[in-house]
Amino acid sequence: MFLKIRIKMLSNFSRIVFLLPFFLIVFSLPAYAALDPEIVKQLNAETNEEKVASIKNIALLGTPEAAALLQAMADDALSFSGDTIIRMEGDRAINVATGQEIKPLPENIETLVTNNSTRRALNASLSLLKLFSPDREERIKAAKALEASADALSMPILDQVLIKESDPEIKQIITLTRASIELKNPDPAKRLAAVKSLGESNHPDVKIKLTELTDPANEPDAGVQSAAKESLASLENRLLVGESISRVFTGLSLGSVLLLAALGLAITYGVMGIINMAHGELLMVGAYATYVMQGIFRTHFPEYIDWYVLAAIPVAFFSAGLVGILLERTVIRWLYGRPLETLLTTWGLSLILIQSARVAFGPQNLEVANPIWLSGSIEAMSNVVLPLNRIIIIGFAFFVLALMWVLLNRTRLGLFVRAVTQNRAMAGCVGVPTARIDTVAFGLGSAIAGLGGVALSQIANVGPDMGQGYIVDAFMTVVLGGVGQLAGAVWAAMGLGIVTKLIEGVAGAVIAKIVVLAIIIAIIQKRPQGLFAIKGRFVD
Amino acid sequence: MKTNRTPFVIRFFAATGCKGWLAIGFFSLLTFVLVPAAHLMLPADHALHVSDYAITLIGKVMCYAIVAVAMDLIWGFAGILSLGHGLFFALGGYAFGMYLMRSIGLDGVYKSHLTDFMVFLDWKEYPWYWTGTEHFLYAVFLVLVIPASLAFVFGYFAFRSRIKGVYFAIISQALTFAFMLLFFRNATGFGGNNGFTDFKRILGYSITAPEMRVTLFALSAFMLMFTLILGRYLMQSKFGRILTAIRDAEMRVMFLGYNPLWYKLFIWTVSAMLCAIAGALYVPQVGIINPSEMSTANSIEIAIWTAVGGRGTLVGPVIGAFLVNLSKSWFTVAFPEYWLFFLGLLFVVVTLLLPQGMVGLWQKLRHRSMR
Amino acid sequence: MSDTSVNMAHGMGENLSEPIKNNSILQLSNITVSFDGFRALNDLTLTFQVNELRCIIGPNGAGKTTMMDVITGKTRADSGTVFFNQTIDLSNLSEPEIARVGIGRKFQKPTIFENHTVFENLELAMKVDKRVRHSLFAVVDDLTRDRISDTLRLIHLGEHTEQVAGRLSHGQKQWLEIGMLLMQEPQLLLLDEPVAGMTDDETERTGELFNSLKGKQSLVVVEHDMAFVEQLKSNVIVLHEGSVLCEGDLATVQANPKVIEVYLGR
Repeated sequence: MFLKIRIKMLSNFSRIVFLLPFFLIVFSLPAYAALDPEIVKQLNAETNEEKVASIKNIALLGTPEAAALLQAMADDALSFSGDTIIRMEGDRAINVATGQEIKPLPENIETLVTNNSTRRALNASLSLLKLFSPDREERIKAAKALEASADALSMPILDQVLIKESDPEIKQIITLTRASIELKNPDPAKRLAAVKSLGESNHPDVKIKLTELTDPANEPDAGVQSAAKESLASLENRLLVGESISRVFTGLSLGSVLLLAALGLAITYGVMGIINMAHGELLMVGAYATYVMQGIFRTHFPEYIDWYVLAAIPVAFFSAGLVGILLERTVIRWLYGRPLETLLTTWGLSLILIQSARVAFGPQNLEVANPIWLSGSIEAMSNVVLPLNRIIIIGFAFFVLALMWVLLNRTRLGLFVRAVTQNRAMAGCVGVPTARIDTVAFGLGSAIAGLGGVALSQIANVGPDMGQGYIVDAFMTVVLGGVGQLAGAVWAAMGLGIVTKLIEGVAGAVIAKIVVLAIIIAIIQKRPQGLFAIKGRFVD
Repeated sequence: MKTNRTPFVIRFFAATGCKGWLAIGFFSLLTFVLVPAAHLMLPADHALHVSDYAITLIGKVMCYAIVAVAMDLIWGFAGILSLGHGLFFALGGYAFGMYLMRSIGLDGVYKSHLTDFMVFLDWKEYPWYWTGTEHFLYAVFLVLVIPASLAFVFGYFAFRSRIKGVYFAIISQALTFAFMLLFFRNATGFGGNNGFTDFKRILGYSITAPEMRVTLFALSAFMLMFTLILGRYLMQSKFGRILTAIRDAEMRVMFLGYNPLWYKLFIWTVSAMLCAIAGALYVPQVGIINPSEMSTANSIEIAIWTAVGGRGTLVGPVIGAFLVNLSKSWFTVAFPEYWLFFLGLLFVVVTLLLPQGMVGLWQKLRHRSMR
Repeated sequence: MSDTSVNMAHGMGENLSEPIKNNSILQLSNITVSFDGFRALNDLTLTFQVNELRCIIGPNGAGKTTMMDVITGKTRADSGTVFFNQTIDLSNLSEPEIARVGIGRKFQKPTIFENHTVFENLELAMKVDKRVRHSLFAVVDDLTRDRISDTLRLIHLGEHTEQVAGRLSHGQKQWLEIGMLLMQEPQLLLLDEPVAGMTDDETERTGELFNSLKGKQSLVVVEHDMAFVEQLKSNVIVLHEGSVLCEGDLATVQANPKVIEVYLGR
C-alpha cells in the first residue's frame, strides 16, 4: 500500500522548455530553410501510411524547421487549404513549406486532423529530431529515449548523428542503439558484432533482446548465440547493481514512510504507553490539512501554488496536535494505566474521526498534487531512477526525527515528559504539572503524526480510510524497535522498509508483507521488549 | 460442591444452575419449536409470521454471540485481549465454504466441476488443499481442526515468550492482517477479493429452502447454548479459577507451580475453535464469505460486543452481540451516515463509563434499589 | 509436615561452623547477575541447610530480591550454579518447575488472587497435580477441605474463609500469602519481607509461626525489621553489593564495623 508512486511523465511544462531552443532558432535564423512542398503536402495525404511516411521524411531532414513543423502538427496547430499546409498566426496564414505569409487569406481553411497512428509517428520523429538539438542535455535525453525504441527506419538518422555528433557519451549511446537495431540484420557477422558491442549497454530492454538471441529458435547462428550469452552475463551483472541500488532506495523510501508514521507513536506509545489506535487518523488529519492548504493556495495565491506544501507543514502540525489535545483532554486522560481499554477507546475515536472526514470531505480519495519541486526524478544510472518526492520525504523523515529528538532531549518540555513517564508521582512531587505534561506530550505526538500526514499526502492516496493502512505497520515499527527507543524506531523502520522491498523483488508485494509480519512476530517471540530495548530489572 | 464420585457428565451439566437450565429450556422452546413453526407454518401475512429476513438476521447474530462468548472466555476470564478472533471465525467459514463451493457442482456460471473463480483463473484442477472438501464430514473436520491448530501454534509461541496485554493484541492483529492479505490474493486459491458465494445446497438440500434456513437457525441456537453450558462448566471449575488467577496475578500462579502457558493455550484454542464453528454456521446463512471478514475492524468489533454486554460474565457477551448487531442493522438502514459515529461512541462510552457492561449496570441498579 | 523433614539437622540453624555440604537444601555457587553493567549479584556463594531458618539483611540494592529471583527462576544468572537438594540444577528449570520441586516464594508486595475468596486462594495453592488436565476435572474433596481449614487456623483467617481476598487488610494478605506457601508444602520457603505492613501484634504472631516451622522446613527470610529478626533468633547473612559481607548471629553482625559502615554510609 505504500507503493502507489505517482508517475509523472514529462509535463507540458517541460515540453515547452525543451522546445524553446527550437523556437529561438526558428525566429533568429535570418533565412528560412524551405521544406520540399511535395513532402509537406503529403502530411494531408489520403491514407495513414502516406501521412506517416511524410512525417518520417520530414524528420529525416533533421533541421529546426522540420522540428517546428512536426511539433506544430503534434500540437494540432496546422490547417490546410487545398494542397497547402498552413499554420495560422492570429489572422495571418503562413505556408509552412516556405515560411511565407499567404496573401490574400485563402478560403476553405480546415484543421489538419491527427489520429493515433500519425501521433505515434509524430512523437517518434520528434524524439529523433531532438538528437539534433543544440543543447547537449537534450541530445543525451533523446539518445537514451531512443536506446530502447529505435527501429530500422531510424538508421539513416542515427548514421547522420554519428557523423555530426562530437560528444563521446552520445556517440556511445547511439552506437549501442545502432547495434541493437543491427541484431535483426540478416548478416550473422553484423549480428555478432552488434551482440558483442551490446555487452557494454546498461539498458534493461537490451537484456530482453539479447535473451531472445540466446534461444536457437530466434537465432540460427551458434556463434552469435554464445556471444549473446556472454554479453548478457556482463550486462546482467551491471543491471543487478542498478537494481539492488534502486531496491535499497525504495526500501529506504518505504522505511522513511514507516518512520514518519511511527515517530508520533514513539511518543504516545513508546514514551507515554498509550495505545493510540487513532494514530492513523491523526496522519489523516495532517493529509487533509495539506489538501485544504492546496485549495486555499489555488483560490487565493495561485502564483505561489508550488509552495503550498511548505505552508501545510505548520498547519498540519497544529491541527493534528489540536485534535490530539482534544482527544487527550476529553477521553484518553481517564484511561492512563489501562492499556487494553485505551486500545478499544481510541479505536472508537478513530471510527468517529474517519466518519467525520467522510462527512466533511466525502468518501472518495482526494487529489493532492505534487508541486513542481516534488515531481520528476533523478536518473542516477540507466536503470536507477530516483523520484524527487521520495528523496525529499526521506530527508523530511530525518528532519522530523531531529526535531523530535531536540524536543525530547534538549528542551524543558522534553525533560518534563521524560520525568513524568519515568516516575509520575515523583515528578508531581517536584512540581512538574503532570496532567498538563500528559496533554502536551500527547499533543506533540499527534502533531508529529500530522507532519507524517503531509508527507504521505505527496505519495499516497488522501482519503478517509488512509490512516487504517498505516496503523499496523506503525505499531510494528515501534514494537520492533523497542518501546521508548527513538534510535530503535529508526533502525526498525529502515530495516523493515529495506527487507520488505528486497523480498518484494523476489516474491511479490503481498508475500513480502506476510513474510515481514511473520519475521516481526518471530522476533517479538525472541525479544518481547523489542530489538533495541534496554535489558533491565522489571517490576511486575 | 460434589464429591469425587459424581460422574463428570452430571457435573458438566450441573454447573449450569437451575435458573440457567430454566433459561435454556425457554430458549430451546423458542428457537427449536416456536420460531421454526412461526416461519414454516404461518402464512406470510400472518401477524406472528417470522420472515426470512428475521430468521437469517437472528441466526447470524447468534453466530456472533458465540464468537462474543468465545472472546469473553479468553479476554474476560483470562485477561488476554485477542484481535485475531475475526480470523478464526473467517477460517471456519472458509473451511465450510470449501464444501459449499464443491456442492455447487456443475450449476456454476461456467458449468464446470471446478469453482467459478478457478475457471476464471484458468486452473485445470483443484489445488491439493481442496482435496476431499466435497465430503461434508471432512469439511466439518477441517472447521474443527484448522483454525484450532493455527491458534494452538500461534498461541504456543506467543504465550511461551510471555507475550501478553497489548503486545499480544497487536501481534494477533498482525497475524490476522497477514492472513487477510493472503486471502485477498487470487493465487491463494480461495476466491481472492470475492471469496466464496452463490452457494446452492448442503447435503443435497437446497440452501434457500425455508426448512434449511430453519435448520441452520436451530443449529446456531443449539451451538450458542452449548457454548454457554461449556463456558459455565469451565469457569466454575478449578481450571476457571486458575485462569482468572492468571489474569489477576500471573507471577503468583507460576510460583504455585502451575505453568500458565498450558492454561492460556487451552482456553485460547477452545475459544478459537468455538469461533470457527460459529463461522461455519454463519457462512451458509449469509451466503458469502470474503477476506474482509478478517479485517482489523471486525476483530475489534467482537471485543466491543463482549465489552458492551459485560466481560467476565457469560450472558453478557450474548446480550452485547445482540444489542450491537441489531442496532447495526437498524442504523445501516435508517441512518447509514451515523452508524460509525454511534459505534465509535459506543467504544468510548462503554470503556469510560460502563467497564462492566450492561450486566454490570444491571447489577449496580439492582444493588442500589435493594438498599 | 513434609515426611522427609524428620529433624535430621537438629540445631544446625545456630551452628556457625563450616556447613556440612551433603546436607544442604540449596547451594548457590559464584552467582553473578548484571543489568546493563550494574552487577546486582557479584560472585555470590551461599549454602542453606535442610530445616534451617536463616535471615538475610542488607541495604537497598544489596541484591536480596535478585537472589530470590535467581533461585526461583525469574532471573537467569549470567554465571554460577544453583543446586537444590544437591542434585537438582535449578538453572535449567522454569518458574513453575522450580515451584513444583519444592520451593515456595513470598513476594515483597503481597501477591494473592484478589478476586478469589480466601478459601479459593488456598485451594489453588494446594499441592496437587498442577496440569490443565487435572484442574479441568478436579473437585474439592474432604482432604482438601481439611488441609485448608488447618492452614486457616495457622494464619488466623478462619473467620474470613469465604471473603474475597482483595478486601483483607494488608497484614491479613501477608498471612494469606504465607498460608498459600504452606499449602504448597515446600521444602524451602523464601520469604521476602513477610512482616512489612503488619501491626506489632501481627508481626509477633508471624514470628511465632516461623519459629514453629523451624526444624520442619527450610526458611530464608529477607527482612528489614530488626526486632523481628531478633525474635527469629537465627543466623543472619548480610548482603552488600551482591555478595556476602558477613555472617553470624544478629548481635555479632550488628557489632561488625563493616556492617555499620554499609548501613550508615561512608
